[in-house]
Amino acid sequence: MYYQPEIETITRLELEKLQVKRLKETINIAIHTPFYSKILKERNLSADSICSIEDVRKLPFTTKEDLRNNYPFGLVATDMKNVVRLHSSSGTTGNPTVICHTQKDLDNWANRVARCLYMVGIRDTDVFQNTSGYGMFTGGLGFQYGAERLGALTVPAAAGNSLRQIKFITDFGTTAAHAIPSYATRLAEVMTEIGIDPKKDTKLKTLVIGAEPHTDEQRKRIEELLGVKAYNSFGMSEMSGPGVAFECTYQNGLHLWEDCFILEIVDPETLEPVEDGEIGELVLTTLDREAMPLIRYRTRDLTRIIPGPCPCGRTHRRIDRIKGRSDDMFIVKGVNIFPMQIEKILMQFKELGTNYLITVDTVGNNDEVLVEVELSDLFTDDYSKLQQLTKSITHKLKDEILLTPKVKLIDKGSLPLSEGKAIRVKDLRNNK
Amino acid sequence: MIIQQLSVFLENKSGRLNEILDILGHADIRIIAATVADTSEYGILRLITSDTQTAYKLLKENKVSANLSEVIAISCDSLAGDFATKLKCFSEHGINIEYIYCFSVKSKAFLILRANDKDAAIKVAKNFNLTMISEKQLTDL
Repeated sequence: MYYQPEIETITRLELEKLQVKRLKETINIAIHTPFYSKILKERNLSADSICSIEDVRKLPFTTKEDLRNNYPFGLVATDMKNVVRLHSSSGTTGNPTVICHTQKDLDNWANRVARCLYMVGIRDTDVFQNTSGYGMFTGGLGFQYGAERLGALTVPAAAGNSLRQIKFITDFGTTAAHAIPSYATRLAEVMTEIGIDPKKDTKLKTLVIGAEPHTDEQRKRIEELLGVKAYNSFGMSEMSGPGVAFECTYQNGLHLWEDCFILEIVDPETLEPVEDGEIGELVLTTLDREAMPLIRYRTRDLTRIIPGPCPCGRTHRRIDRIKGRSDDMFIVKGVNIFPMQIEKILMQFKELGTNYLITVDTVGNNDEVLVEVELSDLFTDDYSKLQQLTKSITHKLKDEILLTPKVKLIDKGSLPLSEGKAIRVKDLRNNK
Repeated sequence: MIIQQLSVFLENKSGRLNEILDILGHADIRIIAATVADTSEYGILRLITSDTQTAYKLLKENKVSANLSEVIAISCDSLAGDFATKLKCFSEHGINIEYIYCFSVKSKAFLILRANDKDAAIKVAKNFNLTMISEKQLTDL
């Protein structure tokens, strides 16, 4: 039942010893970059400063901003000839963030993903269909290599084209799949439309869902609709991609692989650790990366540690499903969106004012983005121009955020004036 | 012969039209003609008033999205066919009417119209001897 029993059930004491050893190694690698060499020197820190796992708190944080400022290869700690792959974010809010990998990094990553998939019962006899986008998006190649590592027959179906996906599922006898939650529901709908009963006409039994915030209710619906067990997957491109934390069959929290990452939950304001069980920002330190080690990376994801041991026997602690973000980023259909991206576009239109509100809600089975924006004084009385304006805003937003939002022009002064920080995003998805 | 018309953006919210008309009412501004065009999300209220400049200023002060635009007005007989004859003069000379609304007082009908090219529209109206109404004449009605 364990892919790597010696690692997955390691005692906490042994695990911490391993973490300390690997943290020292990581510091010794990171110090090859001007960025870490400078900030460690300034603080008079080196691998020798680490004696226990708590000592990680002496180390400075790394932020997404640091990755951007060192774009593209400033944080690469190895000779570029050793780098065999990179993944990059879309870079819509500034410089993209690029993560470089050596062959060993890729092997370790595939191994983590394999461990996750094995944990939820996927074996070399399974047919695993990946409906993630391939290319720069880490959910594509990340699951591909992980499932192959496990020995499963891995179908790189990639994103979209539901009819084709369903044909693969039935023709190839797909037993397990990876999909973002909204797409899983979509597949179930299309199956019903074309007269396929997912429970009788397919062999699907396991679904891996992630890359998009979702509730436990949504998971249960997916399980019911498709007749599967669905497991929550957590990862992010900065931490290579999927395979950072994953649910076990008890479906109560996600085991975070602590042999590969140091897990901290901090108060996003004070940056001090919170009590176990309290919500805070997830901070991760890589422990097995050669090309781009990251120390105390602030993920901006809010979660908590689920206290206590898990009945599955794994000793790696569990985090709760992601509760939100400590910045304003929100995720719709697997796409990361920052309000700044939307604001940037709105401000290009002189017909618009500066006040706007983004509402994300689930309509039917789809997550929809509504952008309400106040008109400026330059309001035109020409109808066709107003409609043209709405259209033009919608187009430009779509180019920016890769989704088509609904745009609504509203009267000047109709949005509440906020005290202090303006509320730009209302996410109603989790209230249902 | 150009008439200032007040255009107001109306969010589709119950009571919004009332609020705006109240602002004008309290300032004793008379409404001579009004029309509302609407979509499912918003409407545009268009007004000819007894004191358009003051009305415009007041609405701005009350943070209403409003704008001034220029229209022309012609009088017609409220007889069948008269509208058609008059509008034909414009279309035959390649002038597009963006919108039109009308009201009548006794046997006289007044057409308020917005053309894509107002100067050309005025020229056509003159050439065909259409009776154009000035802003003063309208407010005196």
